[in-house]
Amino acid sequence: MDRAIAIEVSRLCKTYDAHKAVDDLSFQVYAGEIFGLLGPNGAGKSTTLRTLITLLHPTSGTASVFGHDTVREADTVRMLIGYVPQERAIDRFLTGREHLQLLGALYHLTKEEAAKRIAELLKLVELESHADRPAKTYSGGMKRKLDIACGLLPNPKVLFLDEPTLGLDVQSRLRIWEYVRMLKARGMTIVMTTNYLDEADQLCDRLAIIDGGKIKTLGAPAELKIALGGDIVSLTLKETDRMAGLESALKNQPAIKAVRLTAKGLDIRVESPEKALPVILESANRLGCSIEFIQYNRPRLDDVFIAHTGRRIQDDIPKEE
Amino acid sequence: MKDYWQEIRALTMRWVLRLSREKFSMLFTLVQPMLFWLIFFGNLFQRAADSQVTQAPNYISFLAAGVVVMTVLNNGLAGGVDLLFDKENGFLERLMSTPIHRSSVILSRFIFVMTITSLQVLVILGVAFLFGVHPATGLLGIATILLIGMMFGVGLTAISMAMAFSVKSHGDFFSVLGFLSLPMIFLSSALVPLAAMPGWMSVLAQFNPMTWAIDAVRPLILSGWSEALPHVGMVVLVMLVFDALCLYGGAKAFRRAMG
Repeated sequence: MDRAIAIEVSRLCKTYDAHKAVDDLSFQVYAGEIFGLLGPNGAGKSTTLRTLITLLHPTSGTASVFGHDTVREADTVRMLIGYVPQERAIDRFLTGREHLQLLGALYHLTKEEAAKRIAELLKLVELESHADRPAKTYSGGMKRKLDIACGLLPNPKVLFLDEPTLGLDVQSRLRIWEYVRMLKARGMTIVMTTNYLDEADQLCDRLAIIDGGKIKTLGAPAELKIALGGDIVSLTLKETDRMAGLESALKNQPAIKAVRLTAKGLDIRVESPEKALPVILESANRLGCSIEFIQYNRPRLDDVFIAHTGRRIQDDIPKEE
Repeated sequence: MKDYWQEIRALTMRWVLRLSREKFSMLFTLVQPMLFWLIFFGNLFQRAADSQVTQAPNYISFLAAGVVVMTVLNNGLAGGVDLLFDKENGFLERLMSTPIHRSSVILSRFIFVMTITSLQVLVILGVAFLFGVHPATGLLGIATILLIGMMFGVGLTAISMAMAFSVKSHGDFFSVLGFLSLPMIFLSSALVPLAAMPGWMSVLAQFNPMTWAIDAVRPLILSGWSEALPHVGMVVLVMLVFDALCLYGGAKAFRRAMG
């Protein structure tokens, strides 16, 4: 399948003194997808993102947005992108509307164009009734919404979100996720960094797990989980003497990837439980194995992360800059 | 060119808006130099200061030039603070990710700081007027004072911005600022003429660009054109060199910080 490429990163390196923040990174982002950069703090996500938004010059390698080089054609790239920074990049003394008006002027919109777009955006992020209050009176979630409205003001082809839900309450997080899905539905390409596994899992079409400045693995969340070897159905049997018979009966079934004997039953790796469970139950019935207990485990993104980096995402490595 | 102007105007208006939202802080920054230095210090030393030494009818009229240049100094050195906060909270990144000229943010800051400083200088001269200090060179002299203030202010603001872009934290910034400001004032002719200083201090003060600015502003207030003109000519030359050095350093720091 040939898909239009929105972003192309090729052998990107960024070195600070002796420290390699990003080390030979290559990946592509397809137009219209939500692409996640997942990794612990200091893994190189932000450095990659800041290169893509033209704020950092790579030490070597290139990055391009819709074919435009982020260094040589920085101004063209800046016209195509919107950026939502990680910290609340809000001027607490300005009102929400003033933030958007300032950006309107920086994108060289006329007053009328800007006013129209600002009204739409305030409605979209539900800040209409707070638009004329200074941002210092906003809650964390409201600031984030304003941040996103600011990122959307240029009507960008690609929106970059740096840790979009960091430190937000559950309600606001779900709201932000909704916006992101809606923007994708409108055809926008979205690149986000996150160190929340559930966020990457729920939101991203594809993601790259980054650690120590390198991509450890890349793919759709479901693919990455399947690549670990699929879901596991654990059976505990009442009569252990029939285990071997069941094992050989299941081994050659197409829905089943692997079977392993355990002390009191079987661990069965399956590709999809919908196909495999009926087969397992039917075979058990046929062989007269009575089942005491069935447990079904779907590998989570945590497992993917641990498998590729050798540690949990919460174990932050010290940030160097 | 139209785009450039639109950016600079919008960014400058942001500084104005911020200031208008911080009314208290505005009041204090405006009032502080004239209240503390001109009114209190000026009147306090009225009798302690020898008019033979100051070569002025009274201490306030001697001090007025010093307070004017001090205001330029403090505003200029603090001119980068807001950019420092923008850098720290990510606002600067947001601005820089938009298709603006890289220089717009900085220019807006120069315009804003120079405008506020000029207004403050006018207020100080107004207050001094109420205490009987009537500038000898009239309105043209006041315009010249504003010009000298701006020339000095540009360099100082550039230093401040260079610091803002280079420091690791705003704690460092304010330590350096606090360390620079008072010695600059004491090692200048702001409070005491060079001739009345201990030798080593007057030597150091001669290398302080602030001294040059004050020595030009003072005759504009006290004496008249014939005495002031050579000093004004000299200070314009000194400030051109000073500004060139500061702008060069500032541009370097900015480019380093902005990749």
